[in-house]
Formats: sequence, structure tokens, C-alpha cells
Amino acid sequence: MAILPIPSGTRDILPDEMRELSAIVGALKDVFADAGYGEIATPALEYEEVLARADIGARPAYRVVDDHGAVLVLRSDMTVPIARVVATRYATAEPPLRFGYVAPVYRTVRPHRGMSREFLQAGIELVGSPSPEGTAEALTVLCRALEATGLREFRIGLGDAALFPRLLSDAGVEGEPRRRVLRELQTGDFVGMERELGELHIADAHAELLLRVARLRGGPEVLEEMADQIGDAAHGLLRLYERLEAEVASRLVIDLGLARDLGYYTGAVFEVYDPGLGTPLGGGGRYDDLLGRFGRSLPAVGFALRIDDLHQALTARNGTGS
Amino acid sequence: MSEAKGQPGAVPPRGAKKPALTIAVPRGALFSETLDRLDWLGIDTSEVRSNDRKLLFGDVGIVTMRPSDVPTYVEQGAADVGFTGKDVLTEQSERDVYELLDLRYGPCTMVLATVAGPDPAAEALRRLGVIRVATKYPKTAAAYFERTGRQAEIVEVKGSVELAPLTGLVEAIVDLTATGTTLRENGLVVREELFRSTARLIANPVAYKLKAAAIDALVDRLRAGREVGVAR
Repeated sequence: MAILPIPSGTRDILPDEMRELSAIVGALKDVFADAGYGEIATPALEYEEVLARADIGARPAYRVVDDHGAVLVLRSDMTVPIARVVATRYATAEPPLRFGYVAPVYRTVRPHRGMSREFLQAGIELVGSPSPEGTAEALTVLCRALEATGLREFRIGLGDAALFPRLLSDAGVEGEPRRRVLRELQTGDFVGMERELGELHIADAHAELLLRVARLRGGPEVLEEMADQIGDAAHGLLRLYERLEAEVASRLVIDLGLARDLGYYTGAVFEVYDPGLGTPLGGGGRYDDLLGRFGRSLPAVGFALRIDDLHQALTARNGTGS
Repeated sequence: MSEAKGQPGAVPPRGAKKPALTIAVPRGALFSETLDRLDWLGIDTSEVRSNDRKLLFGDVGIVTMRPSDVPTYVEQGAADVGFTGKDVLTEQSERDVYELLDLRYGPCTMVLATVAGPDPAAEALRRLGVIRVATKYPKTAAAYFERTGRQAEIVEVKGSVELAPLTGLVEAIVDLTATGTTLRENGLVVREELFRSTARLIANPVAYKLKAAAIDALVDRLRAGREVGVAR
């Protein structure tokens, strides 16, 4: 029998698995629709120069030149295409706008890591609803969506993308050292961060605060504890807590060192964890500057879940019979 | 539920059903010192020490493996935390794991070495514009030569790297050395130091959030142990 390969990081999905995936997708779509999020689809291929307006640092992984010489790219997420849709097709619509989607996105893979080039994401974008109301709504929809799939033990890590950069500014850390410290935060290298901060000539109090914030995880009490030192971020997250129903709040774990790798987040950021899986199932956050780059300046918040990971976490749970 | 709450230590009392954390331990140069630390934390490692074929010790939450596999298991969540060398982490820098603590034991240095006498690497660079370098750490070596602006052709070997320059396969090697004895015995000398390496504690990103209390307690105790110096 001939071996006809498909690219690494892509896969065929056969009926048994497809049935289970469809059930998950169906449950998510129902929750999105019930919450008032209209389903949307955008092309997988877009003009590179249009998506590049998002200026998120990461370049799309796959580009092709079409028969007219235009450079097309495969989208790497749905947030940026939806920002384009809002700016062009809803240029005068009264906010807030609510969109939901289930769509494949395309990323690069590192070899031999079991990573996907193409994977299905489900998510929402809430445009024109500022913090904290908008963030509270997104987190509520996120919890309902996860519960609807049958996931029981999930937790949502919650942080603030603006906090650490601001503390670095307060400490007077700019330029190249700032870039290096942020990199250590993003890669979770606390040994490296301690070394970098040790080499800078900043007050011990600043260095201690930065290291403490990077590692701080726990319930809302850690925010009250830190309120004097981190001011706005703590108050912002506490105001967010106040607006959450108890069952949503009980899912949250404050994680002030949380740094998502997409470049457009401006405020609250979150990530979904489940004991059944070693990597986050998805995440999201506030991106109040992104829409403006496409011509309609509106605050926004959203999240995306990876369907395959969700499926794997659900399977792991059933597998252990808990 | 593995919620981050009020668990006083990383280590459950003996006889408890399930350890709070699954710990990846490298079978290699760091093996015995790592077990010493675990003993000090109150984890019973006697079975791990006495049985060198068994790999999984569920009662005490220890899994043992080849040193370079530790980041793989921790990244995937098969272990919550792991002990590994900075040399391994540098070579596998793309792994998505948290590096929590420099444990300061197992010191060694990543070096560029050649045969003694006139430096054949410098000579190759002068005459050919490129050095051939044998190593078990191809990414580390490639990144180093790129950073220092020199053209190098990396030859990956799996066994004793010291053999490569002696047989004329390459002009230089990039390798880890603790005492320099093996280099000396093979007539090699250190020309440059890339970085110093010590043992590190790493954690899975999800476990780091979901088992925050247990992991923080482990880090605090290991940090304290590091200050006093753990003796056998």
C-alpha cells in the first residue's frame, strides 16, 4: 500500500472522533448563541498587508502569492479578522457588538512536539464594552461554555497584561533591559529574571516587588494584600470580581505573572487550565487598542478555546473514571 | 481537586494515598544529589536508590528518566515538576516550562575545547573561514557561534565528543565539563567558556497554576535547603 503523507501537524478526523468533536462544538455554539453572540465566518486566506495592520509582532506562518502577485496569508487567529470585519462592515453600528465563531486557524510548529499547524478554535469577541463589565461578561460566557462541554475541574488564571510593563516603568527599566526582563516573564524563567534584575541598578524594593508579582498566584485576597503596591491593576481586578457571579468567581485563580504570547492584550488576560491536560486549553483578554488600528477605535475583549485540547481534557477525565 | 489551597508542604505524610506532586528525576550526573535533596524534603527515596531498572515510583511521586527527557515530560504535564541541568534547558530553550529555582548543585561549564598546542580552531577560521565543531549540544553551539559572529559547521555526535578532534573529524568541540579531567586525559584544552550550568527546578505551566501552593512550598523549602547546604 502506498504511503500518501499529509503535512506534519495536520490530521484527518474520522467519524468516531468527529462525532465527539461535533458534540463539543454544538454545546459551545449553543452557549454563544444564548448569550447573544452572532456566529460569524471569515475567509481563511486574507491579504497580508491588511492583517499586518494589527501589528502583533508574530508574522503569519503560511503565505502564498496569488495569480495577480498579491501576498495572501492563512489567518493565525480569528480576533484580527473580526477586528477587520468590525471596522469595515460595522463602521457605524451602535456598540456593543457580539460575535462568536468556530473556525480553523493556522500556526507554525516546532518539529517533533506534537504541535498542530491547523486547529479548530471556538471563541467570542465582545466589541465596544469596556472594562470591567465587558470582561465580566466574557468570563461568564467562558465559564458557561466550558461547563456546557462537561468539563468539571477547570480553572481560569486571571492577570493583567498592563501590570508588569507598568511596574518596570515605575522602576525605571527601559530599552533593552526591559525587553530582556519581559522575555524572562514570558518564558517563565524566574532564575533568569532574578539575574537580570540583579544586574540592573534599581532599588531592592522595586526588584523584590517585580519578582513577587511575577510569581503571585492565589484567590482575590492576594489582590487586597497587594493593593498598596500595585494600585490600579489590583483595583481593576477587584472591581471585575465584584461583578462576577459566585460560581464564575470561584473558578478564577489570580495569576499576576500571567503573560500571553499574543501582542495585542492591554488589560485583563486569562487562560484556561484543566488537571487533565498539561497545556492551557485556551485563553483571551482585553485588547482595547487593536480595533483602532483597523479604523474604528473601540475597547474589546474575547477568548478562544482549542477544540482538540478540550476534547483531550474531557477524554482524560472520563478515562480516569472520576 | 488539586486546588491551590492550604497544603502546608509539597510532601504528604508517609502512608498518604497520593503524593501532591509528580517529580521528574534525571538518572545521570545529577541523580544522587537530587535524591539527597528529596530525602531532605522527607521523601523516601530508598526504593529509587536500590532499584535502577524500575522507572516509576508512584508511592513517592517520583519518575526517573534520561536527563535530557526531563523537560519533555514536564512540558507535557506527565510530571508536575522536574530537576534538570541548565545545559539541558539551554539546548531545549523552546520548551514551555517554568524555571523556578537555581539549585546550585551539579556545577559544570559549557566549553569550547581543542587539542593542546597552537589553536587549530583559530587556524581553521583564518585559513578556511569556517570551523568544524563536534557536540552533543547542536543548538547551543550553533547559537554561540552565531552570537560571536563566526562561521561554524556543527557535527552532532552522540557518544564521546572528545574523540572527534583527535581523529581529525573536527577542529573543536563544544561540551560540558565539570572537572576538566576527561578533556585533559585526551590532550584537549579549554579555549572559551560559553556559560556555567547548575541544577534547576522546573515546573509544568498548568501544574504551576493548579498546584500553586504545593509548588511554592517545594520552592521555598529547596531555597532554604540551598542556603544551609544539604549534606548526606
